[in-house]
Amino acid sequence: MTLQRSLLALVLAAGFAAPFAMPAGAAEGAPEPPRQSWSFSGPFGKFDRAQLQRGFKVYKEVCANCHSLSLVSFRNLAEPGGPGYTPAQAAAVAAEYKVQDGPNDAGEMFERPGRPADRFPKPFPNDNAARAANGGALPPDLSVMAKARTYERGFPRFIIDIFTQYQEQGPDYLVALMTGYEDAPQGFNLPAGTHYNKYFPGHAIGMPNPLNEGQVTYDDGSPTTPLQYARDVTAFMMWTAEPHMEARKRIGFQVMIFLIVFAGLMYFTKKKVWSDVHGHA
Amino acid sequence: MSGHSTYQPQSAFMKWMEARLPIASLIHSSFVSYPTPRNLNYWWTFGGILSLMLGAQILTGIVLVMHYVPQETMAFNSVEHIMRDVNYGWLLRYLHSNGASMFFVAVYIHMFRGMYYGSYKEPREVLWILGVIIYLLMMATGFLGYTLPWGQMSFWGATVITNFFSAIPLVGEAVVTWLWGGFAVGNPTLQRFFSLHYLLPFVIAGVVLLHVWALHVVGQNNPTGIEPKSSKDTVPFTPYATVKDGFFMVVFMIVFAWFVFYTPNYLGHADNYIPANPAVTPAHIVPEWYYLPFYAILRAVPDKLLGVIALFASILILMFLPWLDTSKVKSARYRPLFRQFFWIFVAVCLGLGWLGAKPAEGGYVIAARILTIYYFAHFLIILPLLGFIEKTKPLPNSIEESVLGHGAAAPKKA
Ligand code: HEC
Ligand code: HEM
Repeated sequence: MTLQRSLLALVLAAGFAAPFAMPAGAAEGAPEPPRQSWSFSGPFGKFDRAQLQRGFKVYKEVCANCHSLSLVSFRNLAEPGGPGYTPAQAAAVAAEYKVQDGPNDAGEMFERPGRPADRFPKPFPNDNAARAANGGALPPDLSVMAKARTYERGFPRFIIDIFTQYQEQGPDYLVALMTGYEDAPQGFNLPAGTHYNKYFPGHAIGMPNPLNEGQVTYDDGSPTTPLQYARDVTAFMMWTAEPHMEARKRIGFQVMIFLIVFAGLMYFTKKKVWSDVHGHA
Repeated sequence: MSGHSTYQPQSAFMKWMEARLPIASLIHSSFVSYPTPRNLNYWWTFGGILSLMLGAQILTGIVLVMHYVPQETMAFNSVEHIMRDVNYGWLLRYLHSNGASMFFVAVYIHMFRGMYYGSYKEPREVLWILGVIIYLLMMATGFLGYTLPWGQMSFWGATVITNFFSAIPLVGEAVVTWLWGGFAVGNPTLQRFFSLHYLLPFVIAGVVLLHVWALHVVGQNNPTGIEPKSSKDTVPFTPYATVKDGFFMVVFMIVFAWFVFYTPNYLGHADNYIPANPAVTPAHIVPEWYYLPFYAILRAVPDKLLGVIALFASILILMFLPWLDTSKVKSARYRPLFRQFFWIFVAVCLGLGWLGAKPAEGGYVIAARILTIYYFAHFLIILPLLGFIEKTKPLPNSIEESVLGHGAAAPKKA
């Protein structure tokens, strides 16, 4: 077998080593979410601190009314690679919340202000309460939401994605979803209590359009449009889903440099060792 | 592990040891003086790479278990705890999950290498069958491991695969209930899958020892497919094979690191970041990529029981490969017709893999049926017939001659 052909086969095999995921976000007939440009994409991607802080504000003032963020603690807000709050600021955010604790010595549950080690409290005491308040639809937890949605890329793009590292299908879908509310087309049978969304699988979503012009005030002069809100809160959700992404990419680069140098040294060692075996390069 | 040891114990302690447990000479004869054909190409480095990956999976797995909780209501969150709060937990988890995929990449290359060069033929039949057993164990281990994060795909994948057994006539339902430890996939299932997922890699390690033992009895095959005849055809394992294997392991690790650090979720499913929910079935239940060809075969057959039989047959048929291939010539280098059918077979496997990810409807099912029939025809019709009708090319007299043309200089001894 010629090496070229073998290599081609290898590349193809690697290509097929692909996710053929068709998860919840990939609806038949739904248009493809437009590509956004994200500060955290690519091998050197980093979160934009100001964007994460804006996104957190949107989450806190809008989404938190319905959605929990149960895997995230207040202390995470001050950890490296995140929104860049100081520990004091994170503690202040925590203190704005009431957290249930107990039982105390008298055997009673009590409320106290949140501490940095606490998780974000849930808006509803349980799933049934959340459903009852939302016309029967359950607002899902948003902690890993940015990794829990995607859309199908299809051949050959899923192979190209390995090399371009395009992996922001989830965030792109989320922005599209939040800005994808429209009037239902003629003849579309929209069940009561649902809203028409271009990008949601099946189009009938239980969540009302969450973002409106000027709804959240920004103090850094960023536009207060639904699209901007959607991008900011999505970047925030990407961080909550992958809080160590910056460390991962940074260490990854160091590992790559090390391995490539190591491979080079091994290659020349191998050449030297084999040089006395005739018929071998 | 056969008797080519030239090991001479040096120190008094090693002499004492050698007379009691000759482990040093065993290692010496297996990994130092062991003669390897001088013409091995890089496709022969994947055995070493597989050993490395097995070690890596066991190591990362053991540390993950220190933080993981195999319990229905806590498994998903304990994995997220590893990702968030455990120091370098994200690295451990991504190494382990992508490591499983890379393990399969390596094993598929290793197996296709064996098919291309006829490595399964006499005297390597047992070596090959042990390999197929390792592969089966790997598939089981991968499947069990994928249920542990207890996401939607974990749960529904486990449900679909265990349901295969309900196709068994009469006792099927009882068998499935027994496997589940209940009337649906649930906590008892998770706990037993966890236990077995921890166990099987060590079983694999045991079979790998047998595999390497068998290898060292019969020696490695090589790209010419003709056996070494003199010491001029071989070089000592160390330093020649050691350094070559080492180089390609590092190259392989570059690919591995690319996935781990840059696209760690590429090989997974987004649905598995949704906690398992028995009340909500995902739109498409898709197994891990390495099972997709077999999943396509399963769904290509209209009858459930026959589909499951076809699925298992498609893997078990590999065990009979040494006797289904009737050609006396091993290497595809000298088998012009087989070489073409080999690449068609590779393409058919990739095609089945692609179809395995598609919904089982319309043209996809028809294509899957055609490729399934071809898959079995390759083993049951093409390979047996080729041995009789193919005109093979003349073989060189020795490995040395194929490398040098004529004449030779012996390599230095290690
Ligand atoms: C009034 C309550 C409410 C608010 C406010 C709200 N949501 Fe939702 N959200 C829901 C409900 C209910 C669902 C479930 C919809 C369904 O399954 O039909 C949902 C679903 C979602 C989904 C999942 C969609 C999918 O593909 O399955 C995402 C993502 C989401 N919301 C994000 C947000 C974000 C971000 C915000 C803040 C900007 C927000 N939501 C504000 C109620 C709300
Ligand atoms: C855990 C998985 C496995 C490990 C660790 C492993 C390890 C090895 C090693 C170290 C070698 C010698 C180096 C080489 O020739 O590449 C080897 C050879 C071989 N393996 Fe495996 N192997 C594994 C799985 C398999 C499987 C699944 C098969 C086939 C179904 C297989 C078939 C063979 C054959 C036929 C050889 C001899 C190849 C030759 O000399 O041409 N192995 N294996």
